[in-house]
Amino acid sequence: MGTPTRRSGRLPLLVPAWLAVAVLLVPLAALLLSVDWPNFFGDLGSPLVWQALRLSAITTSATLLITLLLGTPLAWLLARSEHRLTAWLRALVTVPLVLPPVVGGVALLTAYGRNGVLGGPLEHAFGITIPFTTVAVVLAEVFVALPFYVISVEGSMRGLHRGYDRIAATLGASPVRTFLRVVVPMVGPGIAAGAALAWARALGEFGATITFAGSFPGRTQTAPLAVYSALEQDPQAAVTLSALMLVVCVVVLGSLRSRWLV
Amino acid sequence: MRRAAVVPAATAVLLAACGQEGSAGTQSSGDDVSGGTVTVLAAASLTDVLTLIEGDFEAANEGVDVEISFAASSTIVQQVNGGAPADVIALADQSSLEPLDQELMVGEPVVFITNSLQLAVPPDNPGEVGALADLASLDLSVVVCAEQVPCGNATASLFEQQGLTPNVVSFEPDVRATLSKVALGEADVGVVYRTDVTAAGDRVQGIEIPEDQNVINSYPVVAVSDADLGHRFIDFVLSEGGQGPLRDAGFVAP
Repeated sequence: MGTPTRRSGRLPLLVPAWLAVAVLLVPLAALLLSVDWPNFFGDLGSPLVWQALRLSAITTSATLLITLLLGTPLAWLLARSEHRLTAWLRALVTVPLVLPPVVGGVALLTAYGRNGVLGGPLEHAFGITIPFTTVAVVLAEVFVALPFYVISVEGSMRGLHRGYDRIAATLGASPVRTFLRVVVPMVGPGIAAGAALAWARALGEFGATITFAGSFPGRTQTAPLAVYSALEQDPQAAVTLSALMLVVCVVVLGSLRSRWLV
Repeated sequence: MRRAAVVPAATAVLLAACGQEGSAGTQSSGDDVSGGTVTVLAAASLTDVLTLIEGDFEAANEGVDVEISFAASSTIVQQVNGGAPADVIALADQSSLEPLDQELMVGEPVVFITNSLQLAVPPDNPGEVGALADLASLDLSVVVCAEQVPCGNATASLFEQQGLTPNVVSFEPDVRATLSKVALGEADVGVVYRTDVTAAGDRVQGIEIPEDQNVINSYPVVAVSDADLGHRFIDFVLSEGGQGPLRDAGFVAP
């Protein structure tokens, strides 16, 4: 530390710094304080909460799977391609990262809605409608979560020395084999971090979901939508569900601690 | 020592900032009769007509600014209970008033208008809906309001009275969200207020529900601050100046 004089000299920085901490932590602490803990598990057992949690678990798992399958090759493409348009592609795939989620929902409707660019022909040809289904929830979650994963994993892949790829190639490995056996295992930690971030983002998805998939208990009403709906009907259930999601997010963050919070 | 001095100073600045905002609010709506701001929180179904009345009220009271925020009635009550600054609230049914903290009300709530339900279908009516009874068909995708908002409550009563269990695909957070799902063509039919169908123009087509089957909602308005302007706004809504546009929009006098 320093002498008392030097410490007081830091005050102009310490006061706003601790104010910032308060801004972030006071609402979270207040949420935990308003939970009716003796009835916590009773509230979690209510059909509305239970259905929402189950749906969120299913949709975020599906989202995670799709994100891993599509996002890892995309991250590799962005990290390895030297095409002059790669920078543009990278910028484009990160757009959903900064786009207001409700705008994402409107965009999804214009694409996959019944009158949408793809949704219209899909309904005419196969009688398949996407809005108001669990599939729509997953589409909305993938739309918002995939960029988080791709950016995170691309960063890890770019940090990887290309020498490994070349050695694998000179040993006769095909690009796919190199990707699966060399690149992916070496960026494992980056994949784990990206997957956790993408999963947390999918879990919290609200705006695109309510716009594109609507809200129906057990089918499209995920945990955040249930919190919003319960706040007016059963505030205690809303607080309980919110607290549970907060705990889950802290656990996810905790599992990333070794990587990010060192 | 210096540390001890800075923290109270910062607190004082914060308090001053908060205090200033509060006093400006009361001043603008209370003391100054020739100007000021009145904040109104109103049910989503009032969106178009109250915006019209707002303009008329402002034209009749020079220097007065009406600020209206529209949301589901249940959301409004929850916000006012939570301390949202408001002078007047106008809701889409009387049961929505029940959760309101009674001490916040200034004066008695007055029913200023009534409304009833109507079916809304996309302009080309893809589900070929002709009457309420058609909703029994499970091939139709139906959007309704969530039960905690007045239109959803009324819709639930309607379905119960008619013994209908339609294929509901989404419970929307307010009546305008329900309407827009229909206007976008994403659902075959939505249950909204007749006034919403009127307000949507040719974006949707309305299908009447016979009067003897319909559910009527009474809209209450009440002041939630001492501000004189708020009471004047309520008086204006109850006068011909407010009732005229409300009738034009399809509402019915109580």
